[in-house]
Amino acid sequence: MVFLAEWWDLRDLGNGVGAFLEWLGDHGPDWLPYTVSAIVGSITLLVFLLTSLLMVAWVERRLLGRIQARLGPNRVGPWGVFQSIADAIKMLTKEAITSANVDRWVFWLAPILVAVPALVVFAVLPFNEGMVLADLNVGVLFLVAIGSVTAIPIFMAGWSSNNKFSLMGAMREVAMLISYEIPQVLALLGVVIFTNTMRMNGIVGWQDEHNTWLIFLQPLAVLIYFIAGAVEINRTPTDIAEAESEIVAGYHTEYSGIKFGMFWVGEYFAGFAIAAIVATLYLGGWTLWGLEEWVPGWIIFLGKLYGLFWLFIWMRGTLPRLRIDQLMGFAWKFLLPLALINIFFAGLEVLLWQENDLAAEAVLPGFAIANLVLAVVLIVTWAQLLGRGRPQYRPTRARLVKELGAVVYGEEA
Amino acid sequence: MSMRTEPFVVNVGPQHPSTHGVFRLRLTLDGEKIIDAEMVVGYLHRSVEKLAEGRTYTQNIPFTDRLDYLSAMSNNLAYCMAVEKLVGIEVPERGQFLRVIMAEFQRIANHAMAIGSFAGECGVWFTPLMWMFREREKILDLFEMTCGARLTTNYVRIGGVSFDIPPEFMPAAKALVKELPERIAEYEALLLENEIIVVRSRDVGVLPPELAIAASTSGPVLRGSGVMWDIRKADPYAVYDRLDFDIPVGTRGDCYDRFLVRMEELRQSVRILEQALDMLPGGPASVEVPLALRPPVGEAYARIEAPKGELGFYLVSDGSPHPQRFHIRSPSYINLTPLRDMVLGLTVPDAIITLGSIDIVLGEVDR
Repeated sequence: MVFLAEWWDLRDLGNGVGAFLEWLGDHGPDWLPYTVSAIVGSITLLVFLLTSLLMVAWVERRLLGRIQARLGPNRVGPWGVFQSIADAIKMLTKEAITSANVDRWVFWLAPILVAVPALVVFAVLPFNEGMVLADLNVGVLFLVAIGSVTAIPIFMAGWSSNNKFSLMGAMREVAMLISYEIPQVLALLGVVIFTNTMRMNGIVGWQDEHNTWLIFLQPLAVLIYFIAGAVEINRTPTDIAEAESEIVAGYHTEYSGIKFGMFWVGEYFAGFAIAAIVATLYLGGWTLWGLEEWVPGWIIFLGKLYGLFWLFIWMRGTLPRLRIDQLMGFAWKFLLPLALINIFFAGLEVLLWQENDLAAEAVLPGFAIANLVLAVVLIVTWAQLLGRGRPQYRPTRARLVKELGAVVYGEEA
Repeated sequence: MSMRTEPFVVNVGPQHPSTHGVFRLRLTLDGEKIIDAEMVVGYLHRSVEKLAEGRTYTQNIPFTDRLDYLSAMSNNLAYCMAVEKLVGIEVPERGQFLRVIMAEFQRIANHAMAIGSFAGECGVWFTPLMWMFREREKILDLFEMTCGARLTTNYVRIGGVSFDIPPEFMPAAKALVKELPERIAEYEALLLENEIIVVRSRDVGVLPPELAIAASTSGPVLRGSGVMWDIRKADPYAVYDRLDFDIPVGTRGDCYDRFLVRMEELRQSVRILEQALDMLPGGPASVEVPLALRPPVGEAYARIEAPKGELGFYLVSDGSPHPQRFHIRSPSYINLTPLRDMVLGLTVPDAIITLGSIDIVLGEVDR
């Protein structure tokens, strides 16, 4: 393993751990560094995610307060910064009710499992050049595989609760996750085609080397991935599986106390995971056009992560919820074909580039412009093809009349 | 291959986040498709009509606050109009204008709640509701300034109103009326062009005009179905015949049309308020009425265009200080009756927004 600097160099928090592991390897049995590295890594990730959660939960509530013309939490500590901690204590101390006719084993297991997949995703994401717990050479595949596991604990929760609303929520969740898995994977393939690697650090390195982010080369794929990710994490524009106004709280209707808290935590972890994946694959990870020389890469990475998460908060404060059939139709009729076309063009471009041995500086800006145009044209034409362009009949004001008695039903405006 | 499926029954309510209280909708579902819907009301029954028979006419006014607790002013107005009709009391002009001003402010406050919670049922996470509460709050402040109460106002009295407006009312009301069009434009920017609201509510919960009339619906529900009808014009009360305003109507009778009609009624209410505040005459606001009122033997029915529809009070007097019969024609209850026909064949989310677009208050449905 190559270290950038001495162990005390804070630009890469992995340095210290690496130095410690090396020391352990020199003074102990061979298996010790591996075991310690796994334990230290997982604990660090868990602590990082929980701290982020407490912070982001507060920021989200303050921001939503701003969006909704109110204050947000402002009682616990200055500007209410300790609100999340108070909420955490509340959730831990509340009674976790297990209702009478639930399937006990599954009911208890579901909240434990629900936060795990998002946690595991972070193992392959590089926070900095050396700061990655497991630099798998099949990183992208790993993300896809782990991402789809989330459906299982959620279905376990919905099934075991013995509640009709829970079951409906779980059914919706599974249908949704399976549908959105496909455009999501296809969107990721564009990245692999360009970078020719599935290793996360390799993808970041490719973006650094070619001095471009993949968001410019794959604008359509970013959009598809982000939308599919938003569906997967179940937040308000697409929180169909726990649609509060329809099916009470969906799959976690019957959960209370810390068991509910785990679902809540899992939702945020999944959100962080989606934001981190987008930041790594499409926004250059820990690089920022040379700024990583001066600022620690992990700060850049976290900045991108929280910036992307902010988009989720914004969406939550603005958008209504789609109906399940509309959301599924969107995946199959809109995102899937666009993702396929996107892959086709990505492959064509890379073929053109590699076969003719063109210089990267010459072709990449061209590809970027071409793909941006392609994205806009495809979205517009596909929407019109589906008849989802602006409907002809859409008044934005009700018709105004002065006289009474007549009926204007069925008249076009 | 055909799979054997069986319908299952879901109780939406009485404890459910979007039933606006304790309304219960018993849905029989095939998958997510509704094949039968049964409405169960009565969880909030307080026997107001019977209780009112034991109290004097003046003592009954606070009861009306608690029917549709989101538009107490309108309820007071309808009841007092019925009593005045029974006794034959003429309300001074200033009192009439104050009643119109309060009723129109109340309509804006009610529609703010109706549109906000409708958007909430479409899945917006409280943002429109909170924005509208900002303005509703100012309206409630005006009420508090005038009569000391915000929600259960008990303001309109037999023969006039309980208090004349204080000096600080006029500037505050005029400032609010000036500000409201901008705010309404903000709500429209957030909701009207919203693609998701349109796909969610267009052609969902369609109420054809024949059914709307047959079910005796009124208010925005009836106008959303394209029927041009408004008591303020059809049977003008107070001073509405002197004010200039338009009636918004929909053309498709779906949830989106009902939402559009409410949105436009906000603007029309502002128009009415602008005129009424300018035209407010001087003089006394009410006439003296004996506390233990003994109307002559007879009956009277008075109706107004309440925010939710036609609100009527039917009173029968036997000459004693308390009514012999006190009947409420509540718009929420009657607008709810065609719900089953509107939701059959839809899915659960559609049923919820259809219920939301009717805009019910359980205090009025159950009485």
